[in-house]
Amino acid sequence: MLKINNLHASIDGKEILKGLNLEVKAGEVHAIMGPNGAGKSTLASVLAGREEYEISEGSVDFDGKDLLEMATEDRAREGLFLAFQYPVEIPGVSNVNFLRTALNEIREYNGQEQISAKDFMSLVREKSAIVELDAKLASRSVNEGFSGGEKKRNEIFQMAMLDPKLAILDETDSGLDIDALRIVANGVNTLKSDKNATIVITHYQRLLDYIVPDFVHVLYDGKIVKSGPKELALELEEKGYDWIKAELQH
Amino acid sequence: MNLETIIPEVASSVNWKLEGKHLLSEDLRKKAMLVLDNTPFPTTKTEAWKYTRLAKIRNGNFVAQPAQLSSNRYQVDANSVSIVFVNGHFAKDLSSAEFPDGIKLLALSQMDAAELNVLGNDLPLDKELFNAFNTAYATDGVYLHISANMRIEPVIEITHIITGTSTISNVRNVITAEAFSKAHIIQQYVTENGNACFTNAVTEVSVAKNAFLTIDKLQYEDESCFIIATEQVNQVADSNFTINTITLNGGLVRNNLNINVNGVNCETNLNGAYILKGNQHVDNHTVVDHKVAHCVSNELYKGVIDEKATGVFNGKVFVRKDAQKINAFQSNGNVLLSDDATVNSKPELEIYADDVKCSHGSTTGQLDDEAIFYLRARGIGEKAARQLMVGAFVGDVFGKLENEAVKLRIDQLLEERFGWDFGS
Repeated sequence: MLKINNLHASIDGKEILKGLNLEVKAGEVHAIMGPNGAGKSTLASVLAGREEYEISEGSVDFDGKDLLEMATEDRAREGLFLAFQYPVEIPGVSNVNFLRTALNEIREYNGQEQISAKDFMSLVREKSAIVELDAKLASRSVNEGFSGGEKKRNEIFQMAMLDPKLAILDETDSGLDIDALRIVANGVNTLKSDKNATIVITHYQRLLDYIVPDFVHVLYDGKIVKSGPKELALELEEKGYDWIKAELQH
Repeated sequence: MNLETIIPEVASSVNWKLEGKHLLSEDLRKKAMLVLDNTPFPTTKTEAWKYTRLAKIRNGNFVAQPAQLSSNRYQVDANSVSIVFVNGHFAKDLSSAEFPDGIKLLALSQMDAAELNVLGNDLPLDKELFNAFNTAYATDGVYLHISANMRIEPVIEITHIITGTSTISNVRNVITAEAFSKAHIIQQYVTENGNACFTNAVTEVSVAKNAFLTIDKLQYEDESCFIIATEQVNQVADSNFTINTITLNGGLVRNNLNINVNGVNCETNLNGAYILKGNQHVDNHTVVDHKVAHCVSNELYKGVIDEKATGVFNGKVFVRKDAQKINAFQSNGNVLLSDDATVNSKPELEIYADDVKCSHGSTTGQLDDEAIFYLRARGIGEKAARQLMVGAFVGDVFGKLENEAVKLRIDQLLEERFGWDFGS
């Protein structure tokens, strides 16, 4: 589904990603871990299409299409979803109006008819239940006045509404208390199928107790330096990243 | 070196052809002409005109010229009672033939001299040269009288159409809402096949005890045209006055709202939205004068300014010495969509009482790039994302509008002029 090959990306002249390789297949959950400044959020930003990053080398293939050639909105319409580390507050734009616009633009792009108001509202009810999001929040302005936990739940609610092929969760767990974490993880697990895939970017092993990855990757200094099964996360939690740094120096 | 004092040209020296029948009393007209003979055009050194240049109006070759139109294509609310003026003259054929009980809705030209002689005295003329031009040369206008205790069900729609080249219209409206009445007015300014026209409109409004009056002022004249529209309002005790000024087109637009709050327990709401592009220049100038205690005024103006357009907001609230327990709020927000767009915003409070709650604020910024990226990351195209943001920004002003037909008309105009679809 996603094939990243030798990806180099820089911002303001500083290279952050230095030859990153990653392959994700349908039905898989990949966790990307790594110390601060390794390039985890840069990877998420580059995949979502943030224009301030310059791609100097490499390619990203998304279901047979060149992802890097696409505008941000077209990436979303092709089925890529980024759950933001810091969801943006948009005063005056209601969550439901925003999601209906998004859903209809995605459907139009894919040659489907607009969703009826009735079907849309029942979809909202169904999907907001997955993340136990109060229906009242759905009609409020996007993220405005939401608590940290509500913002992250709103991200997963949007993910549920848009039903992406590939979801990238950028530090979705950070700042969540244990109850919110459980709700968010449960939402992600409910949405999982053999047709979609998830990349979980995280700092903490804690999230991976709830969202069990098929693969764990260590991102360090702009590259994936180690990959392994889910047990790798436990090892990282226990030993930190220094042993990997040491391993690299040999 | 020979230094000569430069005497600015007085207003009456303009090259405008204003011949025709003028309606207000000869005494009043003479007073106004005296002002014109002694008052130069304001320059940007004049505080009230600091951000708005009048050279194009002063140097225009305007002509007062009646015209006929075969239809009124601008009616907003199909159920309204409608009165239409073309180039400042009553268009009887385009206006409603019958009016509901409780209102008297006439053109000034339908009134007799005795009735006309008592009108127009409340408007300040000294140094107010557009008021003076209007008083001296008004050709027609609406006379609306809402009887006491009457709730007027249909919207009352006053439409000013200007047509032709360099047409000038001096139109004078007089609106009186008697005690305990309630009414809703739409006053529109539009152009039909017009070029470089100038509308100088004055509306005198009197809101009596416990009366409720709302005016939706809708402006979309041609981009080559000029409009100066003044509302001179007097409120007495327990009255409620709301004016929503929506400006969507017009080359140079200046709105003067002068609200005298003369009685206790009044509420005054001034809302405005201006959405501009091209070389438009729109200047909203408001004065709310709280002369007595226990009143509330709310002012919310929002602008979206694209291309090389300019928005000006100058809002002034006076709270006089004995006007205690006043709540006065004033807010102006602007979004600039291009590097060449300009805004000058000056909210002002002048408070002489000591037990009041007043606030004012002004913001100017651009659309939040981070928010646009967020919307795009959900599959919304860039144009639609910007439109959602703009709609959200001005939405709280449009949200103050109560008449659905007015909202629909605004949506249509935004779609026509900006390609924005706000209809939801």
